[in-house]
Amino acid sequence: MDGIRNHPVLFLLRRMFALLVLCALPLPALAGFDEAVQALNVKSFSKKADAIIALADTGNERVTGILQAMLDSRLFYRKSDRRVVIVEKIDGGYRLTDAATGEALGETGRRAVKKVRINNKLRGLLRNTLARLSLSSKDAEIRHAAAKVMLGNVSAATKPVLTAALAKETESDIRELLETALALSDLGSEDPAMRLRAIEVLDGNLEPEVRNRLNRLLEEEADTELAEVARQAIKNIEFKLKFYSFMETVFFGLSLGSVLLLAAIGLAITFGVMGVINMAHGELIMLGAYTTYMVQLLMPNHIEWSIMVAIPAAFIVSGLFGIAIERGIIRFLYGRPLETLLATFGVSLLLQQLVRTTVSAQNVTVENPAWLSGSLEINAALSLTYNRLYILLFCMLVFFALMLILKKTSLGLQVRAVAQNRAMARAMGIRSKWVDAMTFGLGSGIAGVAGVALSQLTNVGPNMGQAYIIDSFMVVVFGGVGNLWGALVGAMSLGVANKILEPWAGAVLAKILVLVFIILFIQKRPRGLFPQKGRSAEN
Amino acid sequence: MLLGRFYHSDRGGAILLAGLFLLAIVVPVLNLVVPESSPFHLSTYTVTLIGKYLCYALLALALDLIWGYCGILSLGHGAFFALGGYAMGMYLMRQIGDRGVYGNPELPDFMVFLNWQELPWYWLGFDMFWFAMLMVVLVPGLLAFVFGWFSFRSRVTGVYLAIITQALTFALMLAFFRNEMGFGGNNGMTDFKDILGFDLQADSTRVALFLASVVALAVSYVACRFIINSKLGRVIVAIRDAESRTRFVGYQVERFKLWLFVFSAVLAGIAGALYVPQVGIINPSEFAPLNSIELVIWVAVGGRGMLYGAVLGALLVNYAKTYFTAAFPDLWLFALGALFVLVTIFLPKGLVGLWKKRGKEPEP
Repeated sequence: MDGIRNHPVLFLLRRMFALLVLCALPLPALAGFDEAVQALNVKSFSKKADAIIALADTGNERVTGILQAMLDSRLFYRKSDRRVVIVEKIDGGYRLTDAATGEALGETGRRAVKKVRINNKLRGLLRNTLARLSLSSKDAEIRHAAAKVMLGNVSAATKPVLTAALAKETESDIRELLETALALSDLGSEDPAMRLRAIEVLDGNLEPEVRNRLNRLLEEEADTELAEVARQAIKNIEFKLKFYSFMETVFFGLSLGSVLLLAAIGLAITFGVMGVINMAHGELIMLGAYTTYMVQLLMPNHIEWSIMVAIPAAFIVSGLFGIAIERGIIRFLYGRPLETLLATFGVSLLLQQLVRTTVSAQNVTVENPAWLSGSLEINAALSLTYNRLYILLFCMLVFFALMLILKKTSLGLQVRAVAQNRAMARAMGIRSKWVDAMTFGLGSGIAGVAGVALSQLTNVGPNMGQAYIIDSFMVVVFGGVGNLWGALVGAMSLGVANKILEPWAGAVLAKILVLVFIILFIQKRPRGLFPQKGRSAEN
Repeated sequence: MLLGRFYHSDRGGAILLAGLFLLAIVVPVLNLVVPESSPFHLSTYTVTLIGKYLCYALLALALDLIWGYCGILSLGHGAFFALGGYAMGMYLMRQIGDRGVYGNPELPDFMVFLNWQELPWYWLGFDMFWFAMLMVVLVPGLLAFVFGWFSFRSRVTGVYLAIITQALTFALMLAFFRNEMGFGGNNGMTDFKDILGFDLQADSTRVALFLASVVALAVSYVACRFIINSKLGRVIVAIRDAESRTRFVGYQVERFKLWLFVFSAVLAGIAGALYVPQVGIINPSEFAPLNSIELVIWVAVGGRGMLYGAVLGALLVNYAKTYFTAAFPDLWLFALGALFVLVTIFLPKGLVGLWKKRGKEPEP
């Protein structure tokens, strides 16, 4: 029998027949739908409920819209001809759309229409029906959302719907949601074996609803064996939650670490490789952020692309400023680190004041492109925001690009040669002054790029550089001067340590503790985590 | 005879002391004796302003002692200044008694506001002047001792030391901003009423505080001078010029540095304690790293490695600051920034170095 019913030829025939019927009898079918829609407009709530179910069964594509309008109290009927309409509020009246046909019916005053009233029971039914309809939608995202709504809302009536949907569903994460929803409803079953099976299905599930229901079950459950299973399941869930919240802390820590690394990495070059203390480093970051602001002002209609333009622009702007600082000031002060520190601090004041007088003393708003907002949901307990994720990736990109420049290009080779032995490098024909300027420009340019990233996370203002300068120095000193890997490890461990301390110490105290820790650490290992070895360690 | 010798060995210092002496006589007379209608009358505001400058000068002196003579650049000396100020502020706070807004005889206003029930243990004793004065010396001294003991023993020097002292004052600033610390949080302490029973707003009290600042500066100058000219001072200068060599000769470099660092911190604390009753407020922004760096530039402008240079620099830069911030508020940071750059490049020995081309003094 089955074989015959599913025979391909028969299937094709049936399809053709259906098509024929649809072509030949469009009016009666639509007429039936129209009737079903008008049936919503009855006094009795129970009849309305029947009408809703009947309407849902028609399978027409307009059903979801109508039911949603009904749920949102936008379903009215016209007093003149009692036609059911969907309304949209405008000044002094409503704009009407025919519910059944979707035809626009013009505007009317407030008194010409009357609301199709619903009560809480109907609201529940509407939600369920809508969920049921969307569970069979073609769009996987709609199905996913619908399955989520069903969690904890499954009644005896909707259970078969879910079971049917589960049988058809192919997407694994939606299947999981549906299974969870069904298991949640099974928890209330009379049969202990069914409850046991449900608990087993729910074991380790992270949806908050699951934990609530299991806890409630634990209070009510008479069967001790079952209660024990449930307790174990809750324990598993809580362990998993703890694990994921720890993962979240680590992620926050890494993202803070990546911000620190971005801020510090340029410094790791100027301070670490050249031995120049650049107190204006924070201001070079600020210039990068302001470049982003300027770029967005220049291309207000292409905010999504502005970041892509801002990155090279900021690199160039900050890099040029850096080269100017090196040529104008620092080169007179080589070998006098404390004086360099003071002079560059003066530069930082000048740059801040320059921005204050030319742009504004207030913070400026830098817009975030749409692709940076939102979050990546890994499961019910863990979701990672895109902007932090991108900055983490971006930071790694910058790090490895810099690594590549230093290790694989001729500029990098010269930079390292000059850092190791200036006199010998010059004897070999390296223009050490040019290399100094380029190295400083590179470090400054990276600071500008960091500014672009930071403009997406924090306020952009003339003082923003000050907030990072101490942290950046801490990262470089902690990691070990002259060592990019040290800066990476240093930044990430400081970031994670900060975020792990935060929950029990508070943000400020955590920062203080980290600072104190670094101060003590420097006492123990004055050359940082990864000290330079050999000759270069001595100067 | 002693004075004569002093004059010959340290002409600048002698001029400075004479100037201070003159100031100590002229200023009170112009303020208290000359009637207000006279054009020669000096307003109490100006007296307090000069008193404030003198506190800064004392702070600069403290920094010059370690930076100019021992090569220890501290970017956190503002922290010791602020700690001394806080100790004094706590005393003044307790003197308010029940005259505060809430009228609580036991608790300062901000504690009542935060619903604290009793005075924290570290506030005990601050109602006594001698105890508060002891703390003005002890707290900065102790912090400097602990910090210096760790740092100098593990030979953290130069830039590294500068950076961690900056981290120290930054951490302290963050800590004092917290309300839970019990030091008034963001707002700090203010609304002081009187000191040792004298009204803080009265002219005579202001003049007395001014005189105290003059005396403190003069005595500290002589003390620093004495240290520098002693045998100890020679070792200290030797450490600045060749630390390893001094160590190999057999001196315990860490001890000398630690001793000097603590002494300098104590001077900074005293400066802070004199500063607070004159300006009438102490809050966590005194810990800001910027303040400590500004202090360094006072010394650099005046001429480091010359004690009177530091005093001169502090007075000049702060006078310029007062003038500029009132006349051209936008220009001040430009001027300060340019000062940093120009002085380090063109005036490595500061203003004093300009006319003192070939001195007998050890040059940095």
